[in-house]
Amino acid sequence: MKVKVLSRNPDDYVRETKYDIQRVPRNYDPTLNPFEVPREYTRAMNATKLERVLAKPFLASLDGHRDAVNCMAKHSTSLSTLLSGACDGEVKVWNLTKHNCVRTIQAHEGFVRGMVVRFCGTSFYSIGDDKTIKQWNMEAPGYGVEEEPINTILGKTVFTGLDHHQKNGTFATCGQTVDIWDEQRSTPIRSFSWGVESFSSVRFNPVETELLASCASDRSIVLYDMRESMPLKKVIMTMRSNTLSWNPMEAFYFTCANEDYNLYTYDMRYLEKPVTVHMDHVSAVLDVDYSPTGREFVSASFDKSIRIFPKENRNSREVYHTKRMQHVVCVKWSADNKYVMSGSDEMNIRLWKANAAEKLGVLSHREKLAANYNQKLKEKFQYHPKVKRIARHRHLPKHIFTEAKEHTVMREARRRKYVNNVRKHSKPGAVPMLSEREKHVVAVVK
Amino acid sequence: MAKILKKNKVSTKGTKKTLNKNTGTEKTPEKSSSAKRRERKRKTVGKLKGTLKTTKKSPIEKLDLDNVDEDELLNEGEEIIPSEDEGGSDDDRKHQKLLEAISALGGKKKRRLAERSEATIQISEFSVDAKGEGEKINLSDLIQTIAKTPAVSAQTKSHLKKLKLEEKTVDSPLTKPETERIQRNVAFQKSSEEVSRWQSIVKQNLKAEQLVFPLNQEAPGPKPLEQVVCGWKARTPLEQEIFRLLSVNKQPINDPVLTPIEEESLKAMSLEDAKIRRAELQKARALQSYYEAKARRERSIKSKKYHKVQNKAKRKEFVKKFDEMLKSDPVSALEELQKLELGRMKERMSLKHQNSGKWAKSKAIMAKYDDGARKAMQQQLEVNKDLTQKLATTLSDEEGEDDGETSEPDMLPDFVNEVEPGQDPANPWMRGQLSKDPVDLTEPSVPETAAAVLISEDEEEGPEETEEEGLLRGFAERRKQRQEQEAENEAAKNQDMEVMTEENKAGAEKAVASHDAADADIADDDEEEEEELSKFTNLFQELKDSRMEAEASAMVAEVSEPECAQLQQAMFRIKSLEDMDLLDQEEQADPAEPNAEAPQPAPLESKGADKKRKRKRGIDLAEVLTKEATVINVPLAPTAVEGAEGAAHGQEEQRDVIKEAFAGDDVISDFLKDKRREEEAGRPKVVDLTLPGWGEWGGQGLQPSKKKRRRFRLKTAPPPPRKDGGLASVIISEKRDSSVSMHQVGALPHPFLLPEQFEVTMRAPVGATWNTRQAVKKITMPKIVTKVGAIIQPMSRDDLLKHSRKQEEEGTAGEPKKRKAPQRKRSQKRHKKTKN
Repeated sequence: MKVKVLSRNPDDYVRETKYDIQRVPRNYDPTLNPFEVPREYTRAMNATKLERVLAKPFLASLDGHRDAVNCMAKHSTSLSTLLSGACDGEVKVWNLTKHNCVRTIQAHEGFVRGMVVRFCGTSFYSIGDDKTIKQWNMEAPGYGVEEEPINTILGKTVFTGLDHHQKNGTFATCGQTVDIWDEQRSTPIRSFSWGVESFSSVRFNPVETELLASCASDRSIVLYDMRESMPLKKVIMTMRSNTLSWNPMEAFYFTCANEDYNLYTYDMRYLEKPVTVHMDHVSAVLDVDYSPTGREFVSASFDKSIRIFPKENRNSREVYHTKRMQHVVCVKWSADNKYVMSGSDEMNIRLWKANAAEKLGVLSHREKLAANYNQKLKEKFQYHPKVKRIARHRHLPKHIFTEAKEHTVMREARRRKYVNNVRKHSKPGAVPMLSEREKHVVAVVK
Repeated sequence: MAKILKKNKVSTKGTKKTLNKNTGTEKTPEKSSSAKRRERKRKTVGKLKGTLKTTKKSPIEKLDLDNVDEDELLNEGEEIIPSEDEGGSDDDRKHQKLLEAISALGGKKKRRLAERSEATIQISEFSVDAKGEGEKINLSDLIQTIAKTPAVSAQTKSHLKKLKLEEKTVDSPLTKPETERIQRNVAFQKSSEEVSRWQSIVKQNLKAEQLVFPLNQEAPGPKPLEQVVCGWKARTPLEQEIFRLLSVNKQPINDPVLTPIEEESLKAMSLEDAKIRRAELQKARALQSYYEAKARRERSIKSKKYHKVQNKAKRKEFVKKFDEMLKSDPVSALEELQKLELGRMKERMSLKHQNSGKWAKSKAIMAKYDDGARKAMQQQLEVNKDLTQKLATTLSDEEGEDDGETSEPDMLPDFVNEVEPGQDPANPWMRGQLSKDPVDLTEPSVPETAAAVLISEDEEEGPEETEEEGLLRGFAERRKQRQEQEAENEAAKNQDMEVMTEENKAGAEKAVASHDAADADIADDDEEEEEELSKFTNLFQELKDSRMEAEASAMVAEVSEPECAQLQQAMFRIKSLEDMDLLDQEEQADPAEPNAEAPQPAPLESKGADKKRKRKRGIDLAEVLTKEATVINVPLAPTAVEGAEGAAHGQEEQRDVIKEAFAGDDVISDFLKDKRREEEAGRPKVVDLTLPGWGEWGGQGLQPSKKKRRRFRLKTAPPPPRKDGGLASVIISEKRDSSVSMHQVGALPHPFLLPEQFEVTMRAPVGATWNTRQAVKKITMPKIVTKVGAIIQPMSRDDLLKHSRKQEEEGTAGEPKKRKAPQRKRSQKRHKKTKN
């Protein structure tokens, strides 16, 4: 004989501590809780509005440089350390939590062109217009001791870019050639050149660590394998790329910042067509850096703004600018995915939040739940016109706004001309209808 | 001379040996370098011999030649040495010269290179041999040699020729840019392949519901002790003491902390496994209880018919299983057979179904007047008969062989015959089929109509059984035909037999006799033979049994059976050409019969058929539709015409299709109706607010006054004129509300393909007001979670390795799941069967 009794799990009604909120049993019957869609809609609306209200991305400005900031480097092991090099050859080490400069080095004569921290975080390299590569200790020297590099290599030509291998003691520089250096040697172990050109930047692939890519002045992006004696391939675009950045989670994607105001995400296996064209800037894009999650990247532009793009979207999700920020030369995304740092012409380094409305600091459980719920609501109702309008609204400085407008008009005019004049009056099939992705690649050289 | 000869003799022995040896080496398949060399020498020697043979065959020469050979062998020299013995005696040289001259006369002249083979005193400083030492050299001699030697040797010529024929020139090396391009291409291919390894992990991360960065974090919670303890050493005396104790007791101290047994026990069953196992057990238990309950329920059912049907189904099942068993393991099949036999024995011993009990006797009295009682008795008998049915009959394959003698069917077993050997034909109980006698006794006058009804009932009950019946009947038919055929054949054969020689006849007779003996044996001891029944016979026995039942149940109505059999003749499968032939014959034979017998059951059946038709009909279009549908002539030709006809035809076809599709409905009138309906809906309605009884007398049959009605019937103001008022062929909906549309999504957003999908996602609430806590947690889970203050390293090769390993594991884990699936299916099937 089976006797059924009511049994309840004490977890359902017993509080863990007396400070817990009493659990109120609820009836989820939809008839008792009607109007779910309208109610959630209002909630979504409120969440969106709140997000805009709370969106205050600018955290701090680090001033101290006496010339324009030309390059920055993230510390590989410490989140709170940032290095920056200025156009007067000064290198500064910043403490981001305290917003102060901890160390200043007169590293080079002329520009500091590039900096990179060694993977172990004990030393960093800098290159400058004085044709030298200098290795510096990360720790500051004792009081009264002069700042001296651990190592100095004098090159034959000016170096313009620098990057370090993810795991080995090798680094790459670029100037008139792309050179691979062993840390122990004063001559490059390998140097690549393909035609006569000068390079503006070189970057190691952080995932497939033997691969490199560089941007050349002949409007091309060249791929290399450190182990090979030859470059792998290059793609020539309509305009020059300034820098590029590899996706740290997806080994075959990289994004390049182009002079034609756009950014292009490429799959390195298929260079014939970029995967995505990111277009929102209204002036040349000078720098780009991926978020460590590989889902987004930040770009710095000559138009005095930085933008954050989801990697698969054509348009940016965020634009940051301040009144005083001039042409942004360099930008970095912090290794914990929370901050963005930008260095600009007016000698300042700025610290931004990666998510403008995100609350920093420790969140209570309920805060977290609420944030998640709000985020979900925003996602759910993102297509509704009212919500969309609020969520997408950004204030822009006048020059960017007008220029953006101008660019849309110009683009439309160009399109119209192409379709109505060129295409219509040429032999059918002679002028193909090109998609945006196909327009910007001139050739792929094998 | 004699001396030389002696020497030669001695040497010949050696040479002979070596020659033999040489021949030996020639035969052996593997040829070492020395062996080859030797062979070459042998050939040259052979050639020399040939030349000698052409001239003279003196023993000396032979010896000479042999000597040469030996010398060479001893020296392992590279070249052939002309025969030249010690001293350089004049005689010998002259002879040699003569030989040369003679050989020069003959067609081809072999040029021999002279070489010194022995140490001599007269060694010229130009390393010319001492051959023509004492002689003067004439100019003519020198010229002669020049004339004889060709400018280029034949060997080199042939080499050149070969080279010319081959004409393989090495390609000129590629230009530098080209080689570089190739190198680049190769390198790129390699690196792109390398990079492509990440594809799967990238995809997986994209699809992941949630990604927590940094990706490869150590699991939170307590770490295993081994890791923590690893670098730790006992320092204090207390610790040392403890460790000493531990080591004395053979407890693991450092690495690993767990004893092997403990570790094993930990590994033995993971929580998941345990859960799965428990779930399985639970399921099994539930199923068992379910089956038990079902069985109990079934047992408590009192309906006899139900049980009958059940039994029938079971028996069928059993037959099927038995067939399978015969194929799979005949041993167990045999056991099964024996069991049946035992059952039969028991039945024979008991009086259970013999209609001899009290009940049966009472029924027997009633049987005359009561159909039910009769039937019950009949059933009893039937059961008895079934149970006492002899399982096997005497039969073996040997019987089949002597068809000429016994005129029995060679293919079919005996029991298919009506007359069953080994059983007493006089005893009706022992027969496979209930004879008509008892029926006649119990029910002398059965109305045929009732019988017919019974048949129809039976047929409705079990259409399955007829199949077997049909099969058997088919066999019977075929057997008869074959017998006829064979009768003819026999006649022919007999004629042939006469031609045969007597010896043959005798032999044949012997064989026949032996067969006969065997037959007799078989007939005698059927019990022994029963155990060795072939598959075939068993099968037929089963089939026959089932047929018996069917026949018994439908026994009363045997009148209509032949007709039935005729109809079902086509039901057996045609498997061979013979069958086809037989079929033809049957068809020839048949046609008259069904015509003759068809009308009899027709009226009876027609009633039922009518009823069925009525039941099945459902909706009659003519009844439902008041308006007559226009009749369309649909072309009988297939709509899809292949190939040849061109586009014009296609167009026509298209039009036809459209016409066909829209032929039935009157589109225009429908549209107009719709429009009118829309207009009606938009028109203002009169609202009647009159309340009977207010201010007036109320009650049955009293209407509120006109005045009141006028006052309380409200007419709303007419709406603005419709936009589509002047447009005959347009309906413009005016339902759209601009105040609401502000909040509505205008176009279907990107990821959605159907408006329904979008609506569904919108309709499902995500908040805690409508969902449980867990559900909300799951729904609102963010896609990417990053920890504050944790550095997210780029993906490394270890991740790739881990990923691939995990995938492999999943792959291996996936297989057993797949394996499980069919099992479940099978169990379901079983389930269904039991339900039936």
